[in-house]
Amino acid sequence: MLRRHAKIIRLIEIAGEVSGRKKLQKMVYIGKHLNMDFDERYEFHMYGPYSEELTLRVDELCNMGFLDEQVESKGAIHMYRYTLNPSGRDFLRFQDVQFGRGEQVIRRMNEENSRFLELVSTILYFNHLPYEEMVRKIFTFKSKQRYTEEEIQKGQAFVEELKLLMQGEIDTAPLM
Amino acid sequence: MLQPQLLEEEKVFKDPVHRYVHVRDRFIWDLINSAEFQRLRRIKQLGTSFFTFHGGEHSRFNHSLGVYELMRRILETFEGRIQLTYEEKLLCLCAGLLHDVGHGPFSHSFEKVFRYHHEDWTRAILLGDTQINTILRRIDEGFPQKLAEVIAKTYDNKLIVSLISSQLDADRMDYLLRDAYYTGVNYGNFEIERILRVMRPQEDGIVFKFSGMHAVEDYIMSRYQMYWQVYFHPVTRSGEVVLRKIFQRAKELFRQGYSFRQEPLMLLPFLQDKVELADYLALDESVILFYMQMWRKEKDEILKDLCARFLDRNLYKYVEFHSKGFQLLPELKELFEQAGIDPAYYLEVDTTSDLPYDFYRAGEEEERIPIMLQMPSGELVELSQKSEIVQAISGKRRFDYKLYFPMDKVMALSGDISQKIRERLGVMENVEASRQDHSPD
Repeated sequence: MLRRHAKIIRLIEIAGEVSGRKKLQKMVYIGKHLNMDFDERYEFHMYGPYSEELTLRVDELCNMGFLDEQVESKGAIHMYRYTLNPSGRDFLRFQDVQFGRGEQVIRRMNEENSRFLELVSTILYFNHLPYEEMVRKIFTFKSKQRYTEEEIQKGQAFVEELKLLMQGEIDTAPLM
Repeated sequence: MLQPQLLEEEKVFKDPVHRYVHVRDRFIWDLINSAEFQRLRRIKQLGTSFFTFHGGEHSRFNHSLGVYELMRRILETFEGRIQLTYEEKLLCLCAGLLHDVGHGPFSHSFEKVFRYHHEDWTRAILLGDTQINTILRRIDEGFPQKLAEVIAKTYDNKLIVSLISSQLDADRMDYLLRDAYYTGVNYGNFEIERILRVMRPQEDGIVFKFSGMHAVEDYIMSRYQMYWQVYFHPVTRSGEVVLRKIFQRAKELFRQGYSFRQEPLMLLPFLQDKVELADYLALDESVILFYMQMWRKEKDEILKDLCARFLDRNLYKYVEFHSKGFQLLPELKELFEQAGIDPAYYLEVDTTSDLPYDFYRAGEEEERIPIMLQMPSGELVELSQKSEIVQAISGKRRFDYKLYFPMDKVMALSGDISQKIRERLGVMENVEASRQDHSPD
């Protein structure tokens, strides 16, 4: 029961804090691509992979009192920060949610900003295409973000790094 | 350059929603007659809604023809306003016709348990070894790929994509009208002719003349009402819960090496997680219902009980759950276990995010393109800026949590455990008084 909700709570517990709705969307999408056990359905929404299910699930988790959402307004831009509260921690005690090596992947993704994760998720979305076609799609659909080819290559390298983390081939420093 | 291939005489399908569906193009006619498209006759559009609205038995075949017809009419209204090549028009028509071709039986439940997305199967049908692919390649070798991109919303021409997938597209307009017609409710109606007349093509999507705003308002309200009154109806959701539990149980039994009295041959690829396109295409709702009939005679008590519940419409009862009531769940689960009712199959929380309502909002973090009105001056203004009705429901979240369980099993318990479970569920009345209401209200 509520396992799909529990997985999102666990992700936020591992990350500590996730800043930005878009960032959370992209973290789950990238995690799914790396075979992490998320259930949310994604569609391409003009500006990248997006899950209505996830948006609603996060709103539900705040409404249920498991997640805290803080809104910071900088002019017209609203930034949402998500953290787990004691009720969410209690709820999680009764759920067996394990991501295994995915935990390191979640922490690593959370170190990056949402703009970069948006690029990485778009790279993964067009991963089945030849490189030139994938780059063309990114330039077409992400023209506002003005990504450079150098950033795209950095994004590809990041995907490889995450894959190695999932396979346990990179040692991470012990967490303090 | 690709030349139109027309049938000698126009073919028409009588349709209760659009009166007639007109087909003149040879490619469209051949696609309709393909085996993969005909399969959609055996898949219901509304899944388990027929438990609530007995008229809601229409198929994905009906709906797909309806979306094609709307697309054809939209293209007619574009004549003289925008230049589209024959190939571009075919892309629009084929997208309308084939956008749902990858749907399987009882998609929502089946996909959740067996963990796939029908969109991936749509792509596989368009690009794989199918009759549909052969017909599409007659148009052009690259046509199947282009069509797959239009349906996946990753095609470069945003106008074409927006006609099949945007906040006001041919798909949604058809299913709202069609689902309202077949379920018999009044909520889904809006004036389609008016909307088509005020639709204007632009380079990256469609806009609507301001004078047609009230028809667009009706459409938005109908989306809202249809979700809460039809799509998210608790009895329909109860049917989905029982269905999901059947698939979950069959999967678990297979994993344990259980010996089925009749081996579920057509489901084996799904149980083994080795599904080929041919396996997928062989599956439809008649196959699933056949196995349910077989499984209601199984040795396994849970599987046979669940199948009998689905076939006889003895669904789960529900209680409303307050947002802060979730602390009760671990305790309830334990009590169910003590009572010998396996909570993995007989206790389920269903929330709105299990069937998300794509509510209208003015555009959030650039994820979706809002509906734009074209003012007499030519200026474009987002719908909720002009419509107070749309503004009232735009971007508003409404949550709904329900806990489903078999009331008959709970009521059959006796003693202390019975009392404890009933108290926590808040159901103290007897089973006769709490039988599932057959009316949709």
